[in-house]
Amino acid sequence: MAVYESQELRKPPISQVGIVLWLRVNLFSSKVNIGLTFAALYMLYVIIPPMLGWMIFDANFNFGEFSFLGFEFGEIMATNDNCGRAAACWPFIYEKFDMFVYGFYPRELVWRVDIVFAMAASLFVIVRLARNYKHKNKVLLAMIIGFPIASFFLIGGGVFGLEVVKTHQWGGLMLTLVIASVGIIISFPIGVLLALGRQSNLRVINFFSTIYIEFIRAVPLITILFMASFVLPLFFTGGIDFDKLLRALVAITLFQAAYFAEVVRGGLQAIPTGQYEAADAIGLNYVQKNALIILPQALKISIPNIVGSSISLFKDTTLVLIIGLMDMLAMVNMTANDINWLGRETEGFVFVTMTMWIFLYSMSRYSKKLEVRFSTDHKN
Amino acid sequence: MKTENNNVNIIQISDLNKWYGDFHALKNINLNIKEGEIIVVCGPSGSGKSTLIRCVNFLEKFQEGEIIVNGTQLTDDVAKIRSVRSEVSMVFQHFNLFPHLSIIDNLTLAPVWVHNESKEEARDKALKLLDRVGIKDQAEKYPNQLSGGQQQRVAIARSLCTSPKIMLFDEPTSALDPEMISEVLDVMIELAKEGITMICVTHEMGFARKVAQRIIFMDEGQIVEENDPETFFHHPESDRLKLFLDQILTH
Repeated sequence: MAVYESQELRKPPISQVGIVLWLRVNLFSSKVNIGLTFAALYMLYVIIPPMLGWMIFDANFNFGEFSFLGFEFGEIMATNDNCGRAAACWPFIYEKFDMFVYGFYPRELVWRVDIVFAMAASLFVIVRLARNYKHKNKVLLAMIIGFPIASFFLIGGGVFGLEVVKTHQWGGLMLTLVIASVGIIISFPIGVLLALGRQSNLRVINFFSTIYIEFIRAVPLITILFMASFVLPLFFTGGIDFDKLLRALVAITLFQAAYFAEVVRGGLQAIPTGQYEAADAIGLNYVQKNALIILPQALKISIPNIVGSSISLFKDTTLVLIIGLMDMLAMVNMTANDINWLGRETEGFVFVTMTMWIFLYSMSRYSKKLEVRFSTDHKN
Repeated sequence: MKTENNNVNIIQISDLNKWYGDFHALKNINLNIKEGEIIVVCGPSGSGKSTLIRCVNFLEKFQEGEIIVNGTQLTDDVAKIRSVRSEVSMVFQHFNLFPHLSIIDNLTLAPVWVHNESKEEARDKALKLLDRVGIKDQAEKYPNQLSGGQQQRVAIARSLCTSPKIMLFDEPTSALDPEMISEVLDVMIELAKEGITMICVTHEMGFARKVAQRIIFMDEGQIVEENDPETFFHHPESDRLKLFLDQILTH
């Protein structure tokens, strides 16, 4: 028998750290890996230089004359003809920028839309500032209710002497954002209720929730949009004319609710039965149990999938051009038919792609941050 | 101990039968428990002891028989179930603390939402209880930051927060590392001295010997033997209990 001394902590051997090691392990660890590394480098070489050439180095950035501190810059703005076909013609985007962002919204009223954009951006700042504020829940609630109402009246008008702007004049990025945010915000609570319904012990609720979810999920969004747009009005012949945008919003909301329901159900299933039992045992009722114990945990687990599903919806909003709504993508098709700018769809599509990417990548990053902040385990 | 209530049965279980599908899990259970009594239920795994105490706060439904808790008969009636649950609290094998809430919020949840106490009142009481189980300094932490023994003590404090008349313990030390068992048992022994009615399902025979007034031995869904600790350990009557004691006490 023996007694042993306790051992000192040591740093790992020097050969186990550093950039050379990183390269060797990640890029050159085996023959296959070396092959893949060079293949990837070759592909980047083939793709990147021509792309940069088209977008930047050979492209036309001639947005017209402007003066700065008394100096004159630039020349007359490029037109479709003197732009050339080999590279991008960004003056097209520059000239049609308002169309891409606001659609046919009256030019003299776009400041109202700009206010909504500014409000939306400030929401994120406020949420951040209010994080440690005592009444932060009240602030959040006020924003969740107040922002959509304020936005609706600012964009639509009709109160406080604001001129009415009919929904058929809404368009561009603004319309995309309206459809996506309304779709996401309204369908989320419906989705949560459907998820709870599908988990419910009450047979009738369970049955209808399941039928609804499975039906919607088995049908493409585009079909539902068509139904809402062309079939639904047939049932309301008595002079009731549903707004085209409203029909699209209803369709998208009903569609997205089914997807959210499945995402949330996944989260609900991950909650151990012990949590339900403990909530029951301390005497919470059904609503308290779900609102205080189950959903906070289930939704936290579901954040990545909720955001993933929201991103899908955001992209799917481009389908509304099929039922004649003029979203950003539809504006590209239309402006590229302008007799002065024929054949400039590519620039438009690249612009839409970049815009979409900025929004969606931000959403994705934001969800990552939320995940970290709401991390349930508090392990350290 | 409140001697004037000593003869009142706070829990009456008569002819209780429960099935899981076709499996007959509880067979004709009859059991009366007086106010302030401390009962230990033991038996091999699968003998139905957890199922029995989970019937008392209706976490498990039963098909036949009747359970009356503090004058309220348990039926499917949601209001009655909630009224029973507000007087009966339970400590689970796996603690079942709410991981998204801090320790103090775990404790004040039921007082605030079920018993309509003010937040301040509930908080004061919760801190006192945490002090009593020896972890007042952890009040703002989250469950997963505590050790198993500490979590179980929080769970006990949580179940005390609503000033229950009856406490059910469902194998409270079975999921703990050996060196943490005694800190939880110590808290339970303290509780036992205070006259609260306790039903403990446990394998801790030392604890049973020390605090139980009655020990119930269950096997295959029925009560096989029921005795005071002295007789239970030293003069077991049934062969099944003799074998069981032999198996758990000879090491």
